[in-house]
Amino acid sequence: MSFKDAPAVAVSGLGKVYRLGTESGATTAREAVVHAVRGGKARAPAEMLWALRDVNFELARGETLGIIGRNGAGKSTLLKLISRITWPTEGEIRLYGRLASLLEVGTGFHPELTGRENIFLNGTILGMRRHEILRRFDEIVEFAEIARFLDTPVKRYSSGMYVRLAFAVAAHLDPEILVVDEVLAVGDAAFQRKCLGKMGEVAREEGRAVIFVSHNMVAITALCARGILLEGGRVTADGAAGAVVQQYLRTLETLITTPLAARRDRIGTGALRFESVTVRNVSAGSGLVRSGDDVELSIAYQSDQPTLNNVHVNVIIHGPLDEQLCQLSSGPQRGDFERIPGNGSFLCHIPRLPFEAGAYRITVYSTVNADIADWVMHAAVMDVEPGDYFGTGRMNDEGQGHFLVTHNWDVRA
Amino acid sequence: MPTALHVIRPIGDRAFPDLGEAWRFRDLCFALGRRDVTLRYRQTLLGVVWVVLQPLIAGGLFAVVFGKIAGLKSEGVPYFAFAYAGFIAWGAFQNVLSRSSSALLAQSNLVTKVYFPRLILPISTLFSSFVDFAVGLGSLGVLLVIFRVNPGWPLLTLPFWVLILHAMGLGLGTLASAFTVRFRDLNYALPILTQLLMYASPVAYSTTVIPIQYRRYFLLNPLSGALDGFRWSVLGTSAPGVTGTVIALAGAIVSLFIGAAIFARYERHLADVI
Repeated sequence: MSFKDAPAVAVSGLGKVYRLGTESGATTAREAVVHAVRGGKARAPAEMLWALRDVNFELARGETLGIIGRNGAGKSTLLKLISRITWPTEGEIRLYGRLASLLEVGTGFHPELTGRENIFLNGTILGMRRHEILRRFDEIVEFAEIARFLDTPVKRYSSGMYVRLAFAVAAHLDPEILVVDEVLAVGDAAFQRKCLGKMGEVAREEGRAVIFVSHNMVAITALCARGILLEGGRVTADGAAGAVVQQYLRTLETLITTPLAARRDRIGTGALRFESVTVRNVSAGSGLVRSGDDVELSIAYQSDQPTLNNVHVNVIIHGPLDEQLCQLSSGPQRGDFERIPGNGSFLCHIPRLPFEAGAYRITVYSTVNADIADWVMHAAVMDVEPGDYFGTGRMNDEGQGHFLVTHNWDVRA
Repeated sequence: MPTALHVIRPIGDRAFPDLGEAWRFRDLCFALGRRDVTLRYRQTLLGVVWVVLQPLIAGGLFAVVFGKIAGLKSEGVPYFAFAYAGFIAWGAFQNVLSRSSSALLAQSNLVTKVYFPRLILPISTLFSSFVDFAVGLGSLGVLLVIFRVNPGWPLLTLPFWVLILHAMGLGLGTLASAFTVRFRDLNYALPILTQLLMYASPVAYSTTVIPIQYRRYFLLNPLSGALDGFRWSVLGTSAPGVTGTVIALAGAIVSLFIGAAIFARYERHLADVI
């Protein structure tokens, strides 16, 4: 089969503008009427934001392309345009084949419906005809490993089963072009490998084109041969995935010199906004942090409210390849903050810091009443110097891992 | 260079929805309809009981208020059967209207995640509304046997009135569904407007109780003809006449066209504003 060099997707001069604060400013009929009655002249000009500008690339069949970029760089806008969920302002996209996009796991799944019913519903929503689903039905069930629970409502499924079923349907779509967004972030590791394997196989053996968006650079390098870096809505790199990932990681270093409060690459309602992240050595009372020190992360935030209710805060610590090493989440540790002042600082105390020497990027994330309030990736860097974690005056070899684990050695005859 | 299957480029708003594209997605329409019906009747008994109970209570209430207390005439059939039939017909219109108008907001997760002609969403609500109507119609049949009401040949015109009532509901609902995405407060206004419309239409009372000098204005409401026609076909009460029929038919066609046209104008912006 010679699918090589046959185009799958051609994007040229693509741009999309969003008007911030809708044209007339009215979001309710009441406002629209008031506006019309008052003459409607004194409106403020709508602020235009180019979410994507002058984007050009071609994708051949059999190619796997990873889209990389910070929050707000235009990744999801690009996926939405390719998936025909929204329309471009300029330029065009040519699709040479059937496209299936998987922007979320289990779109349209209904908890009250059984696994069997959801396979048909979800498959149809993703664009399969009923007879195609019938033909692939047994394969889907086998891939998802849920044969015994086929006639059980999915609300009784474990989250693992739910994700497996959802991905299984999508994996059997048979599109010529497959678009996948971040969905692999959920599910257990074994199944993630299975899905990645399936996507790779789909591209290599069946000559499909795959477009994959992820914050997980390890998954991007594993799955994609080629990468595109988006910054501020423009393509700033296009080439071998490994090289583009390296360039992305370099942009993160310059990024962190921008004060957090001034960063625009953030997602959320703004019910709460992070202002700064500082890392402090509690034992020494200084900013110098070593392995084994008592450390306090202080995350200053602001809001328009005197108090905030039901606040969840989460810190994610990234390694050198941007892999997520661990999260410090208020959820399991103490539950949501029920009521906090409108301006203040979250304090996270880490006794005896278990990180090896190195630079760790910190992502901060918060929800207020379960809506994402603010999410800034790579908001700060924590530089960890070598330290006496074990209290023995000796240290581990360098470059042999990220974590220090309290342990004991012994010998038994 | 092979030719592209799809070319996505900036395009102005359409004047009318692409019905061919909607037809290609008919499987989705059926699947969503099947889902709604399954969910509604999963606990089979409860679903049916609820559907019958609503007009039963409303019919009883209006039979007492209008029939007994106000002493209005019900054209020779028992007032209860008269009001019950009125509510089955009104219920068809109102269910289609309220379900199709909330379809986009209720399924906003689909609108922002998958491509399909958005018109599928309001249309797919027809299935569950129609099943509810069919159940109600069955219960009305039982009632007619009990009350020994025989409508005679007008029964043959029943499908026509059913079609008109559903078309009016769908046209207005499609229109409202696009508007509610843009103007959220319509969500609250719509039930109130619907309620007003019910009292302005011959649901619980007969057109014949309207003083003759006002009746022509009353008949300008397309629902008047449709409701009278429905009742004529199942109860054999007075026929809606040519004017009433033409206005009802015109109302159905016009509301479908306006609904579709307005929807097409908003369709491409839905994912950006929903």
